Amino acid sequence: MPQETARRSEDTGRGDTDGGDDSGAMTAGMQAEQGPVAGVFDLLHPPSGELIDDCVHCGFCLPTCPTYLLEGIETNSPRGRIYLMKAGKAGEVEMDEEFVGNFDACLGCMACVTACPSGVKYDQLIEAVRPQIERNWERTRADKLFRTMIFSLFPYPSRLRAAAFFGTLYQRLGLHRLLDATGLLERLPARLRAMEALLPDLSMRSVVARQPAFTPAVGPSRRRVGILSGCVQRVFFGDVNAAATRVLAAEGCDVVAPRSQQCCGALSSHAGREPEAIARARNLIDAFESVEVDTVVVTVAGCGSSMKEYGVLLRDDPDYADRAADFSAKVRDISELLDELGSVAPRHPVPGRVAYHDACHLGHAQGITAQPRAVLATIPELRVLDIPEAEICCGSAGIYNLVQPEPAERLGRRKVEHIEETRPDAVVTSNAGCLLQIRRYLDAGVPLFHPVQLLDASIRGTDLSLISADQNPSSTT
Amino acid sequence: MSAQLVDVDHQAGVVTDELAEELRRRLTPDRIITDETRLRTFECDAITGYRVVPALVAFPETTEEVAAVVGVCAREHIPYVARGAGTGLSGGALPVAEGIVISLARMRKVLPPDVDNQRMTVEPGVTNADISKAVAAHDLYFAPDPSSQIVCTIGGNIAENSGGAHCLKYGFTTNHVYAMTLVLPDASVVTVGGDGIEQCGPDLRGAVIGSEGTLAIATSITVRLLRKPEDVQTMVADFPSAAQAGEAVSGIIAAGIVPAAVEMLDELAIEACEAAVHAGYSLDTAAALVVEIDGPAAQCEEDFDRVQEICQEAGSTHVRVAADAGERMLIWKGRKAAFAAMGRISPDYFVQDGVIPRTKLGEVLARMEEMASEAGLRVANVFHAGDGNLHPLVLYNAATEGESERGEELSTAIAELCVEMGGSITGEHGVGTDKACSMPKMFSEDDLEVMKRLRAAFDPTGISNPGKIFPTPRLCGEKPGPYREHPLEASGQIERM
Repeated sequence: MPQETARRSEDTGRGDTDGGDDSGAMTAGMQAEQGPVAGVFDLLHPPSGELIDDCVHCGFCLPTCPTYLLEGIETNSPRGRIYLMKAGKAGEVEMDEEFVGNFDACLGCMACVTACPSGVKYDQLIEAVRPQIERNWERTRADKLFRTMIFSLFPYPSRLRAAAFFGTLYQRLGLHRLLDATGLLERLPARLRAMEALLPDLSMRSVVARQPAFTPAVGPSRRRVGILSGCVQRVFFGDVNAAATRVLAAEGCDVVAPRSQQCCGALSSHAGREPEAIARARNLIDAFESVEVDTVVVTVAGCGSSMKEYGVLLRDDPDYADRAADFSAKVRDISELLDELGSVAPRHPVPGRVAYHDACHLGHAQGITAQPRAVLATIPELRVLDIPEAEICCGSAGIYNLVQPEPAERLGRRKVEHIEETRPDAVVTSNAGCLLQIRRYLDAGVPLFHPVQLLDASIRGTDLSLISADQNPSSTT
Repeated sequence: MSAQLVDVDHQAGVVTDELAEELRRRLTPDRIITDETRLRTFECDAITGYRVVPALVAFPETTEEVAAVVGVCAREHIPYVARGAGTGLSGGALPVAEGIVISLARMRKVLPPDVDNQRMTVEPGVTNADISKAVAAHDLYFAPDPSSQIVCTIGGNIAENSGGAHCLKYGFTTNHVYAMTLVLPDASVVTVGGDGIEQCGPDLRGAVIGSEGTLAIATSITVRLLRKPEDVQTMVADFPSAAQAGEAVSGIIAAGIVPAAVEMLDELAIEACEAAVHAGYSLDTAAALVVEIDGPAAQCEEDFDRVQEICQEAGSTHVRVAADAGERMLIWKGRKAAFAAMGRISPDYFVQDGVIPRTKLGEVLARMEEMASEAGLRVANVFHAGDGNLHPLVLYNAATEGESERGEELSTAIAELCVEMGGSITGEHGVGTDKACSMPKMFSEDDLEVMKRLRAAFDPTGISNPGKIFPTPRLCGEKPGPYREHPLEASGQIERM
């Protein structure tokens, strides 16, 4: 069978570094025990049978699963995927194209985790399956190439800035020629077009200088916090980082942005590129340990959810397991921290109606839905609107909108339709990926913000002009 | 691969590659599944104890496409099973080996409502809750409310004649469907019903609703919508024993009050619900009643006060009244998550659906407890107490040698206990695969023969969901009763999991 030949053997596949140039090899503690495989999975943390057994097959996850919503095909639902994990583990199905395609199609939005009455930890299950697929399944050349390109670009602010700054990637990176030469151009343009369309016009944004390494609290210091600068965040949303730093300082935090910090590895982790994710996690832990902070603040939901799982990611690493768990315990989304601290800085009104979009990696993955709303509620004259079908992903989902552009586009348009039903003056969400994804489909007249930008404007009294003079003057009521 | 457990005509055709190709042309290639990996995910519904892998799954999007698939099945004599969201609890959507599954999950269109006449037409894949959602702005709703309403589809509701917590006052699906477009097993398309529930002539609409997919596939359904009641009051009353809660239920009914719902949960069920939803049920009580009263505000208030008194007279230790719609929704969310939340306390379960006379409640519960301890298994109880519809959940662990068998045996014994007590093996979940063997406990041979004749009038060759409802020698052994290993299983020719 062709699938057989396409698969790598267990021993060569395990521990492969997947070509990431700074990914570390696994330590001795990470080596899987030798022996028979767990069905289609190798023995390095296959999906847990106990977690699989928590699923009673009731189907309550179906209506919140974006892929089931789009396709209506049971296989492409959490229940179907868990069923296949079980069959895979028992060796009753092959790790074939259908098997892999079914897991690749999962956005990892974790809406099913919120919906599940039996408390099935699908997040842990899918995150166990993805590295298994990366280790044990040979992707097509085109797929591998594209994924390698993504992971050689996005986690590197300097490369990303250069790529975005000098025009469209498609032309300027010479990918066209490269792909043409490999004869795969026909399959790839949808993905590349997706990438091109996703990147905002950098020239329109100020290319923000580095975050200051230290920003003292305004008034007495209430907490010493480290802030994650991020990779994509730093390049495209430097103004969010700047606003976050000002707000934290205004609320009494000493803010440290360690110079040595790099990408947190969330994109790699959510894509199953475990060795890469592990290496990045270790680096980030080192970076923040060097500056000794009480809390590590994150402004990107996807990064935050990943950093809160470092303890699990590094559980087999004797040097890092405990440190990773300690680090994860310190991680807070910025709205979580601000809500916990309570506000001290006076607010100015920011009149307008804003639709709040729950980023999946904030709401579903971290259970943070009340805090951003509570924080926004401290702003006078700001009305926060809930979006219908809020539990459904916008289609961003890490690199999903790059590797699965068609369903991502359908989800993006669906989300924006629901957003527009609320007739907002602006849209607010706490994740870089969602901001880019929604931006693509939203009416250009409606601005997008991170909640902390509205707080910053409120604290500083700057005019955000959510409501332009010619636009719906009655909407402030 | 497991073989069929059901009687199918030995002439049954097979799904060949050519036939799959023909269906790919009739629909689209991406809407036909034949690979073994994906087929596995269709091998069972919400009762995972029964599993059969089909040969093909088709995803039609229109009545014509459903008729096209059924037409091919009729021509080639291939058995088929319609499937909605696969939330059924009696194995009603269990595929037939070598057969076709017709998934209606992509037929999700909702036509604009006829608000004045309180009617709306929807496709079978629309979920029960989405019907109410679509008309909420008009202050209307669809009354049947199975606990799985956020997932289960109206097509499945029709197959099973689904009820729900509120069927005590409002009736079952059959009371809320005016008309249906049906694809019959010979692929002809007909419409049954009309503008109202009552029609001249035999009630074909009524015959199809609850026929568990054995007579036809509904592809378009006109439902009846109700005006939302003016007032709704909900309470949770704790009782030190299930028997006392049962007394309270009898007291409420005897007082001439028709509550919208009266639900009972026992300690184990409360534990699971609370773990899942945190709805604020008391964890240290033997039983809790959820009572809801709705209607005109004045009547509602009077009845509600009386219900509280009755509960206190029956020995209720604590009464919690929902302060607002939010709290009411939370109470219901807890109750409705009961089955689905069982994963919190057990890896596997069988759910029963017996009906008993309300007056026998205490006796039946005591017997069930004895039977459970004999089998060495736990049984959680959730039920529609108002109409005596029990849902005992037999908890077991399939990974433990022999537990599935003991669980299934106990589950069947409980259903049959209900019949002995003068009740029924099913209130709303259907007979399906699960209770087919118990049918002779309830019905005489003549009764079953009449039912089979009705079925044959719609489906003379037996291709539409064969093997469900009716006991078959192959499924049930020589005489119906608790599960025992079938000779074919012993010889390894079929497997039953």
